[in-house]
Amino acid sequence: MARLVVLGGGVSGHTAATFAAEWLGSAHEVVVVTPNAKWNWIPSNIWVGVGQMTKEDVTFDLAPVYAKAGIKYHQAKALGIHPEGNETSDKPYVVIESTEAGKAGQIENIEYDYLINATGPKLNFAATPGLGDANGLGEFTVSVCTADHATHANEELQKAIEKMKKGERQKFLIGTGHGMCTCQGAAFEYIFNIEHELKKAGVRDMAEIKWISNESFLGDFGVGGLHMKAMGFAVSSKIFAESLFAERDVDWIIGAHVNKVEKGKVHYELLDGSMGEEEFDFSMLIPPFAGVGLKAINKAGEDITATVFAPNGFMKVDANYAAGAYENWKASDWPKTYQNPTYKNLFACGIAFAPPHPISKPMSSPNGTPINPTPPRTGMPSGIMGKAVAHSVCDLITKGPDAPLHEASMAHMGAACVASAGKGLFTGTAAAMTIYPVVPDFEKYPGTGRDTDYTFGEIGLAGHWIKHILHHLFIWKAKLKAGWTLIPE
Amino acid sequence: MSKYGEKNIRAYGNNFTTMTPGPVAKFLRTCVIFQAIRFVIINIKMLVVVSKSH
Ligand SMILES: Cc1cc2nc3c(=O)[nH]c(=O)nc-3n(C[C@H](O)[C@H](O)[C@H](O)COP(=O)(O)OP(=O)(O)OC[C@H]3O[C@@H](n4cnc5c(N)ncnc54)[C@H](O)[C@@H]3O)c2cc1C
Repeated sequence: MARLVVLGGGVSGHTAATFAAEWLGSAHEVVVVTPNAKWNWIPSNIWVGVGQMTKEDVTFDLAPVYAKAGIKYHQAKALGIHPEGNETSDKPYVVIESTEAGKAGQIENIEYDYLINATGPKLNFAATPGLGDANGLGEFTVSVCTADHATHANEELQKAIEKMKKGERQKFLIGTGHGMCTCQGAAFEYIFNIEHELKKAGVRDMAEIKWISNESFLGDFGVGGLHMKAMGFAVSSKIFAESLFAERDVDWIIGAHVNKVEKGKVHYELLDGSMGEEEFDFSMLIPPFAGVGLKAINKAGEDITATVFAPNGFMKVDANYAAGAYENWKASDWPKTYQNPTYKNLFACGIAFAPPHPISKPMSSPNGTPINPTPPRTGMPSGIMGKAVAHSVCDLITKGPDAPLHEASMAHMGAACVASAGKGLFTGTAAAMTIYPVVPDFEKYPGTGRDTDYTFGEIGLAGHWIKHILHHLFIWKAKLKAGWTLIPE
Repeated sequence: MSKYGEKNIRAYGNNFTTMTPGPVAKFLRTCVIFQAIRFVIINIKMLVVVSKSH
């Protein structure tokens, strides 16, 4: 009997673990180590952050789902990987620390035959003074990255709405809290959901709403922008994004590295090297992401973290990390199998794998401060990678170590994204987009880098309906209810 | 409604060079019949991309 251990029960890890358990049956063991008792459909946190959903609507208990699937579940966080075992045993293992009530802090070693690292991001609030500290979110801004953060964000939003109702103008500042952030899409959704809610509350005229981000142009979204077919033209996402901002009367600051947050004020540096300040009454700034800080230790007890992980804490996989300057980047730099090059029974998927380089062109200010989005790994690619990696591991277990690995390169896959711009059965809107491929391939698709037959976007009520249906569909799938394997990632 | 988005444009401001939707485009965004048709079309387009990606 072989044992697969999956670290992280989020979008990617949950997909990997549940498919592996389905495919392997009871002949082999699947173990999940994840610190939260609940699974969270993160995209709907945006609606929690504006009071349109509750934490209960976007989360559910993991234990009964894993019990049903025959998956062994540890509510714990992984601390370190020992891929060569230790002095007394050759068997690789992970060290975990329980986060379960009553057992919190207890350390345990779990041996594995195969390990999938799907630990997602560490929300690195500490990277920007005032945005937060090593323990998490600071007191001046809010976040929608977790369901609890989003609940808090909504409480602050309601306070701001009450103030406006009493005649006090409020300034909203939404965007990214550092020059190296990703996840602009979440901030984009939040700013337009706030705008929509303020209109509904009848206080839109009392609010000034501003965007601040590290993108060099509006609509970059960390993927270097995209061109979409519209009215016979291939139109840049810059035009679409600017149009929506103009229509909703939202001003913007771009190319910004937020370097300090104080009560009611952010300080930032722009790509041209100039420094600025922006005041706010309410602010949601996405933190930069890093790896969760797993350590790797060899048989002799030496720290080999730098061999297994990139400096940003994400795990090295089969990517080309030596591509160098932007001019040399190729679609083939992107990993296909997500297998660690040193330890072949180690895989990383979702946000946890180390990308070879950004997708957007790297830029820095004349002061040398890097200001450019880091590459997003959104829900659909994270799910597809998780499934492909699970497939590979299942084949290695059942067909032997020479079984070919399954591939899921972001340079060969598309992504469907639905960005909410306001919730409401008849008044809601969302930008429904597809992008193909996620990583532009300028050799295959000269000019835009993407196939414009499969890259499109439009905003409207239909997009909102799709977003709402996806909310229920993905929670259904994650709960392993009837037909879950038929729902695509 | 007719000049819906245009009033927000500021001469030589950030948003001076973009496009804004006119009344028809704006109406169609939440027109239930039109959006029901778009719903079907968008779903088909997304399923094509999803199937190309697996
Ligand atoms: C507000 C918001 C809105 C978003 N909206 C969209 C959207 O509309 N569409 C879309 O496609 N994407 C969206 N995304 C992105 C999407 O959520 C991510 O792409 C996706 O969650 C990545 O999956 P993952 O499994 O890599 O990471 P996660 O889903 O974050 O899962 C990582 C898991 O690992 C666990 N973990 C952490 N540390 C450890 C440890 N030491 N040991 C074990 N486990 C650990 C975590 O608790 C978590 O359960 C959004 C993101 C945010 C923040």
